Amino acid sequence: MTDFTPWSALAGGALIGLASAVLLLFSGRVAGVSSITAGLLSKQSGGNGWRLAFLGGLVIGVWVYGALGGSLDQVRIDAGWPLLVIGGLLVGFGTQLGGGCTSGHGVCGISRFSSRSIVATALFMASAGVTVFLARHAIGGGA
Amino acid sequence: MNRQRLAVLSVALLIPLLSGVIFGLGLAVSQMINPAKVLAFLDVAGAWDPSLALVMASALLVMGVAWRLQRRRVQAAAPAGLSAQPAGSAPKAGIDTPLTTGAVIFGAGWGLVGFCPGPALAALALFRPEPLVFVAAMLAGMQLHRAWQSRDRDRDSEADPGADQLKATAPAD
Repeated sequence: MTDFTPWSALAGGALIGLASAVLLLFSGRVAGVSSITAGLLSKQSGGNGWRLAFLGGLVIGVWVYGALGGSLDQVRIDAGWPLLVIGGLLVGFGTQLGGGCTSGHGVCGISRFSSRSIVATALFMASAGVTVFLARHAIGGGA
Repeated sequence: MNRQRLAVLSVALLIPLLSGVIFGLGLAVSQMINPAKVLAFLDVAGAWDPSLALVMASALLVMGVAWRLQRRRVQAAAPAGLSAQPAGSAPKAGIDTPLTTGAVIFGAGWGLVGFCPGPALAALALFRPEPLVFVAAMLAGMQLHRAWQSRDRDRDSEADPGADQLKATAPAD
């Protein structure tokens, strides 16, 4: 499947942590991507400028990686359209019900020892692992 | 618009933009933007690729330091006993059913495709149809939750409009 890449993983993770730290220390906001995205949909929240700036930045960051010579050829999306739609719906609904995703609960929440975030992260990791196991080994026959 | 207000406004937008760019760069460097890589991490029973555990560990380490700095700053600025929470992290209920159910539902979607919200949005940069379809469905799922929640709220809190206000001003993190 994919190779173990410890150094790029550590470097990328440090950048994600740095990005979250910048937003916390200089804007006083939590870098929870699902909450920032959902805030755009909410009429009463107001002040969407910073949200659009952050989310636009995510896209620009990938372009910066390309401009610096990084390769994105290895990106592989195996899911077909039905799975993309079902997965997207579940991710959208689930993150709103559970109040966060990998960035909000996983990075920002666990790092300040929030018990809610620790429980949520353990559960969504386990749920994702079980889903992959079922899809690949129980139903998919070990792809 | 005077110069001071312009400066405030540009900081208000430039910091989130800068943060987003660094975040997106991190997602690309770590390959979290690649669903195949994420699924290989989640596939413990297969050819397991533990890379993303290191992404998480190093992000947590940096953010752990950031929270300490933030706490110290808040303590220095505010009188004792007053803890200022950053926007978007209002104190919340304990571990409840919405939290656990939501996490399990989110995990199922993550495991089906290999995209969580950040990488899915960042992958729009690739100009491929798949991230676009996924993000559209994700927004629909969020909207669905809003509709479901406001219907519930109308039913539950007709006598207590204040409850709406509270819920609405406590964004999730």
